[in-house]
Amino acid sequence: MTAELVRGQNHPLPDTPLEIRVSAGHPVVALATLGDADGRVTGAERVAHPGAPALPGIDVPRPATAEHRFAVDPAALPETVHRVSVLLVLPPGTSGPDRFGAVAAPFVSVCDQEGRALAEHTLTGLDRETAVVALELYRRQGAWKVRAVGQGYEGGLAALLADQGVARPAELADTVLEAAARPPASAAGAPRDAARSVSQDGTGGGTISYTHPRRRPSAPAPDPAPAPTVPAPASGEADPASPYPAPVAGDAAGWSMDERLYNQVWGMFEDLARTAAAYRSARDFAESRLDQELDQVLADPRARISGAGDAARAAAKARHDDLVERAREVLDRDLDRLAAEAEVVEPALPVAYARWDNPAWHAYGAPDEPPMAVRLGDLHLPERPELRIPLLVRLPLERGIWVDSGRDRSGAAGALDTAELRRLALDTAVAHTARLLAVHPPGRFAVHVLDPAGSGTAAFAPLVETGVLAAPVARGAAGVTTVLEQLTERVDLLQMALRAGAPDALPPGLDTARQLLIVHDFPHGFDDRAVTRLRYLADEGPSAGVHLLLVADREDAAAYGPVLDPLWRSLLRLTPVPDDHLADPWVGHAWTYEPPVLPPGSAVLRQVLAQVAGARPQNRR
Amino acid sequence: MTVNMTKGQAISLEKQGGGSLDQVRMGLGWQAAPRRGLFGSRTREIDLDASAVLFAGKQPVDVVFFRHLVSDDGSVRHTGDNLVGGVGQGGDDEAILVDLQRVPVHIDQIVFTVNSFTGQTFQEVQNAFCRLVDETNGQELARYTLDGGGQYTAQIMAKVHRAGTGWQMTALGNPANGRTFQDLMPAILPHL
Repeated sequence: MTAELVRGQNHPLPDTPLEIRVSAGHPVVALATLGDADGRVTGAERVAHPGAPALPGIDVPRPATAEHRFAVDPAALPETVHRVSVLLVLPPGTSGPDRFGAVAAPFVSVCDQEGRALAEHTLTGLDRETAVVALELYRRQGAWKVRAVGQGYEGGLAALLADQGVARPAELADTVLEAAARPPASAAGAPRDAARSVSQDGTGGGTISYTHPRRRPSAPAPDPAPAPTVPAPASGEADPASPYPAPVAGDAAGWSMDERLYNQVWGMFEDLARTAAAYRSARDFAESRLDQELDQVLADPRARISGAGDAARAAAKARHDDLVERAREVLDRDLDRLAAEAEVVEPALPVAYARWDNPAWHAYGAPDEPPMAVRLGDLHLPERPELRIPLLVRLPLERGIWVDSGRDRSGAAGALDTAELRRLALDTAVAHTARLLAVHPPGRFAVHVLDPAGSGTAAFAPLVETGVLAAPVARGAAGVTTVLEQLTERVDLLQMALRAGAPDALPPGLDTARQLLIVHDFPHGFDDRAVTRLRYLADEGPSAGVHLLLVADREDAAAYGPVLDPLWRSLLRLTPVPDDHLADPWVGHAWTYEPPVLPPGSAVLRQVLAQVAGARPQNRR
Repeated sequence: MTVNMTKGQAISLEKQGGGSLDQVRMGLGWQAAPRRGLFGSRTREIDLDASAVLFAGKQPVDVVFFRHLVSDDGSVRHTGDNLVGGVGQGGDDEAILVDLQRVPVHIDQIVFTVNSFTGQTFQEVQNAFCRLVDETNGQELARYTLDGGGQYTAQIMAKVHRAGTGWQMTALGNPANGRTFQDLMPAILPHL
């Protein structure tokens, strides 16, 4: 049975030699890098490429062709190799296409000795990339697995190799592509020599095996060292022995992968909530029973004079510990299972649901349809803080969002000074906005910013400089009034048209995009009329496609008194720092919300925004 | 092969081939007794409600009924309220699914009850039964037919309880009176 892998999904492999098959619409160069336990490729001698095609356990093809078949024998790989990445590169300088987006999606499969496909993956969604990591085979507890990667690099092979930690990546990339471009006849002698020279410097590359790669399994002798140290498969192959099937990304009902992943994430959310409820209920029961039993011991006069009291107390304590321990075992079993599922699901998530450090963002392309939902952060429970559930909120947003820059409520926020917290709140709001912009088709989501005092200029810079905003940032009381008036009018018009059942009677110039209004520094620059308009937008806006994103501290608006309470309550409160204020709909646990975090120093946000701006209909002309 | 249970009888929920059951369904079915004479076709709806109460020790911990369809821990699920009964003769009108693997460790008994929400006594109900089905293959494990004709509005049907490392089902068949499960608590306690 062949497993059709989606990006990020993995699949167990047998311990026997394997064949990798590549089929692309255009000649590509296939090569492989061997990574250590950290995934780093320690040097050029760990790269099997057309200039040095044979390394222990692997033999890659030489010329660039549209079809490749090559052998990998996991058992013969040096034991320091924990990861084999299969790379595809478009040869440069030829008359052919210069990006993967222009060729048919490459298809890779992993086959066993009989040629049966075990797992396959189609590399879809590539665009300007010229080099791509198609698959990786990796060692997991002594057994090998394959994972579909599909990570492309616009910077080509050099960027890819640099990412894997190779020293002087550009030099190596040139060598590889030169060797691939050479006609096979003249290359026949050279690659062997090259292979020998790189591995003789003794930097841990291992010796070269001269046996035919596909016959190696019968004679694993050439490199005797790794064989005995590789753990026996019996201990490592936990997966087939487990009573549960391996988790798979998209294992839920739905019409599309998007919907299936959404349902799967919500399924995991519910299961985690319920499994924690079971554990907490058992623990509370054990405690109340212990209290009761200890009370009984105390109340029994006989217990006070003899040693029976101590024994009874010890017995009660033992019963308590036993129950809690059993509850914990069940909890751990369930959490392990969910963690394994999260490990598969997280890398497979599309950009709308992915963390900012997900490689999917680097392969970003403007979508044709808005997704079902967006991720606004992560949720976790104290039972296992590292098990994160994406907080997916349905689109179109039914409620406005309030990024709380106040410090009065949560512990984590209290530790930061006000200015720092406000800056974080703005950054979080910008990250939410960037994601909303990125997941909507070009031109279907317009963003307005109200920054009356101009204090958010630095934080809004990514939005302003990339030109994704629908209008310049509105300043001062006059700016506030104009923007609010405009949006209120729009909501009025749309509502009237909808109520009259004549949506086609709308003025022809009306932009049909959804509108997001970011309000910073509320209520600075707001008069009573503007506050009323804002409340109107919060209530009536979502049904007419106008959404709010408030970055505010409730204390600042304290002067308005309870008049604004319904406004705050109608918004989804999110925090710029971890805070446990969100409840699940099933059991009502307090979940710790974590805002989205951009990888430090990463330019991904600006890159994505630049692409969003570039894909705008008016910019394309 | 199904076992027709009698009051007080207990059966083990171990599988014949060894191994224990994972998922069971407690199904409940009933029909309104036919009425004769003029306007005999006027519907007389009888709303029976199935509920399950989860006990730890002798304390009720959670209850699954038509207003709380899933226990907090997710182990017991009610498939939804049926207000009239008798849809498919012999099929289940209301069902409660129990995932025995997910039942929290401190829960040692699950008691299943039936109440007449609309107030008719069981005299007006016919062909009422509860049955336990292995949800994984649809096989009926045990069936317990309610004795008709009593002047009562509720029954404590059966309980599923831990026995050793596995589970056992015991048919209780105890009549009681009450509109919802809350009214039945005093009647349930002697069976724990």
